[in-house]
Amino acid sequence: MSSAVTGTSGAAPPRPAYWPRPGGAALGRGLVTAYLSIIVLLPIAALIAQSTDGGWSAFWSAISSPEAVYSLKLTLIASLIVVAINVFAGTIIAWVLVRDNFPGKSALNAVIDLPFALPTVVAGITLLALYGPSSPIGVHAAFTKAAVVMALAFVTLPFVVRAVQPVLMELDTEMEEAAASLGAGPFTTFRRIILPSLLPAILAGSALAFARAIGEFGSLVLFSGLIAFKTEVMSGLIFQQIGNGNETGAAAQSVVLLAIALVVLLVFGRLTKWSLRHAG
Amino acid sequence: MLANGRASRWGLRTFALGYLAMLLLIPLGMIFYRAFEHGVGAAFDSVTTPDALHAFYLTIVVTVIAVPFNTVFGVGCALLLVRTNFRGKALINAIIDLPFAISPVVIGLSLLLVYSETGWFGDWLNANGIQVIFALPGIVLATIFVTLPFVVREVVPVLHEIGDEQEQAAQTLGANWWQTFWRITLPAIRWGVGYGVVIGTARALGEFGAVAVVSGRIAGQTQTATIWISEAFSRYDYTGAYFGAVVLAVLAVAALLAMNVFKRKEAA
Amino acid sequence: MSIIVEDTTKRFGDFVAVEGVSLTVPDGSLTALLGPSGSGKSTLLRIIAGLESPDSGRILIQGNDATQTPAQHRNVGFVFQHYAAFKHMTVHDNVAFGLKIRKREKGEINQRVRELLALVHLDGLAGRYPSQLSGGQRQRMALARALAVEPKVLLLDEPFGALDAQVRKELRAWLRRLHDEVHVTTIFVTHDQEEAMEVAEQIVVMNVGRVEQSGPPRELYEHPKSEFVMGFVGAVNRLGSLFVRPHDVEILQRPERGTDEAMIEHLVHLGFEVRVELVLGDGDGLWAQITQAEAEQLELEKGQIVYVRPSHGRVFDRDEVEPPGDGLPSTEELQAA
Repeated sequence: MSSAVTGTSGAAPPRPAYWPRPGGAALGRGLVTAYLSIIVLLPIAALIAQSTDGGWSAFWSAISSPEAVYSLKLTLIASLIVVAINVFAGTIIAWVLVRDNFPGKSALNAVIDLPFALPTVVAGITLLALYGPSSPIGVHAAFTKAAVVMALAFVTLPFVVRAVQPVLMELDTEMEEAAASLGAGPFTTFRRIILPSLLPAILAGSALAFARAIGEFGSLVLFSGLIAFKTEVMSGLIFQQIGNGNETGAAAQSVVLLAIALVVLLVFGRLTKWSLRHAG
Repeated sequence: MLANGRASRWGLRTFALGYLAMLLLIPLGMIFYRAFEHGVGAAFDSVTTPDALHAFYLTIVVTVIAVPFNTVFGVGCALLLVRTNFRGKALINAIIDLPFAISPVVIGLSLLLVYSETGWFGDWLNANGIQVIFALPGIVLATIFVTLPFVVREVVPVLHEIGDEQEQAAQTLGANWWQTFWRITLPAIRWGVGYGVVIGTARALGEFGAVAVVSGRIAGQTQTATIWISEAFSRYDYTGAYFGAVVLAVLAVAALLAMNVFKRKEAA
Repeated sequence: MSIIVEDTTKRFGDFVAVEGVSLTVPDGSLTALLGPSGSGKSTLLRIIAGLESPDSGRILIQGNDATQTPAQHRNVGFVFQHYAAFKHMTVHDNVAFGLKIRKREKGEINQRVRELLALVHLDGLAGRYPSQLSGGQRQRMALARALAVEPKVLLLDEPFGALDAQVRKELRAWLRRLHDEVHVTTIFVTHDQEEAMEVAEQIVVMNVGRVEQSGPPRELYEHPKSEFVMGFVGAVNRLGSLFVRPHDVEILQRPERGTDEAMIEHLVHLGFEVRVELVLGDGDGLWAQITQAEAEQLELEKGQIVYVRPSHGRVFDRDEVEPPGDGLPSTEELQAA
């Protein structure tokens, strides 16, 4: 064939950022930094500084006291249980919202976001109304460990659902049809075709839910009572320590809690990226 | 296709609806019942005491101050992140997302450590007669901290999506940076901003943990609505607590509806 | 001279988008910047507009050094490939934007917008939103918007690239007519040589950031200065070091002086013309472009053996261009192929 001589086609040049006013960007950066410093950075720095105020011994005694150890274990275990519940229930709810159709579905879809918009104290009170001492259905879960799990499940409800929903909507049903035509049953199809695609979203949603759960406070105050050695989660212990004037101890416990949240978010962030690469 | 079978479809649907009903819907209905259990009059009486009214008033004042601050910051920061280049974007992004990872109680403590009398700025604040902790400014700071990310996170993807060609076109037509921002950029992002403002407002109205720490919870002075509700419950004023909860729940639902409207307008 | 580009260079990191480009655009002319993607043509256009600033060199607009002037003050009209319509404004407000910025009086603005919408055949659509318009209509609106502020120069960045083939053809002709009416210096960027040839008075061919050649379309086609230009501006057969246009390939029934034997692999009838795909004795391929009448006269068929010779050809030396002699290549040149 003829070989028409054409020029080489290089990569399109990267478009530089566009800012309407010269110097405006620098001013903006300065303002943003100042704002973030006043609101976030300085307080966090003070937190870390205070936690080390009494040296390592004070730090250690604050986080290794029996109450602290109990509280941390309760916080972590309850949060893990809630994440597991959310993965299970959240995926199913997302599935029903995307694949199913029934009257009132769009209203239900909107309701999922309610825990995002509702004050945590109100969340605690609503659970108390149905499951508290004067429960109309005879369930008295208030002030028990079950209360902790229920309250955390309430406030973390949207995370996994909202993470999974868009992925499910984008999922090409042709893959499932192909699997079915090749003889795969519903569970196999779910396990091998759908789940891998949902995994990144589930991981991302779980991380957010976990980070939220370990820090939750408002909904637990009334519903669980935050009873020491029974239903007192870490945030409750920290609150109590502040009230007692033990700022160093509270700071130490806060730093641990914050570190756990950040590590989880970081690790899950990596996991999510990894699973995105290997997803369907 | 998966779950097309009658049984599995109904099974999943029942589970989902049941879960939501038992966890969310029925308890929510119950607070309405509890609030008006002793009559509508009693309910209104419980919430119109001076302390209660002040609490709701304070909540509104705090929200009206905190939300605009974060809106201006949010839009400016989003523009910075999307339309300019600089090192440290990842850091700024991480800091903005921090409020999602910190317990509210920890937020309160960290603000305490800087702005209380014995905090980092304590001496300077004292010398200038400014009280932050146990007063309105502290509550505002705490509220700004917890609502920091909302407007930024909503506006950033919108800015990415609309691209900067419209802004460039405006430039070639002679518009300066303010005209470009006001006439072109802002209208294009208005639904994203609206959504961020509404969800931030809902969050501000409902903040508890951080405010509980920095406010001192002094009745009639530094109690916000959420704190008043929990105090009411602790002193057995159940009607008051439930009705207060109903008021905030209604506001939350209103916020949800607004959010839905804005999300749909944004997609259009 | 309306626009002068002096020795301009622009880099993005390591990538050199535009290198040492110098250019003159006459007042009132219609010029095309033609080249493949990555050739720097869009970057050059944006530099002229003031949307990018060059690393070195100068831009003079009507005699004034505009290199440091921001786009806002250059009074250049710019039309984007994807329209950059102000989505939240009506067609009327879009077109009126530049005038509103300059705080013109309302009556004057309305009058001007009406005129412009009539000019671009969008009258009656003033109240619509861009999302309610077709791609072609949006681009015409973008043109009206750019012309509203009476720019000294009109710049179009692949203006028809996002449109259907049919709409593209219509708008090309329409742009040429518009230019005849409005007479503003116009530069447009395209990678479509047919578009450039059809519309422009002057074409500037660019490749990897440099200007390969500039001149009227006919000159570029008939007297290309390099392989690249020849190949980019029209179809080309390569026979060794000889470059031959398909319509310069003669097909003969019997061997004659200077012909080569070839077999017809394929005959493609494209309406008025016929494309004859041939393969030479040594395995090389080439194709010829002849009219339907010629094909019928020669009674061409697939698989037939015919005899071909180029009537015109060019050889490009590395350093210097050799124009062909009387058009007939020597036997040696042919044998070298």
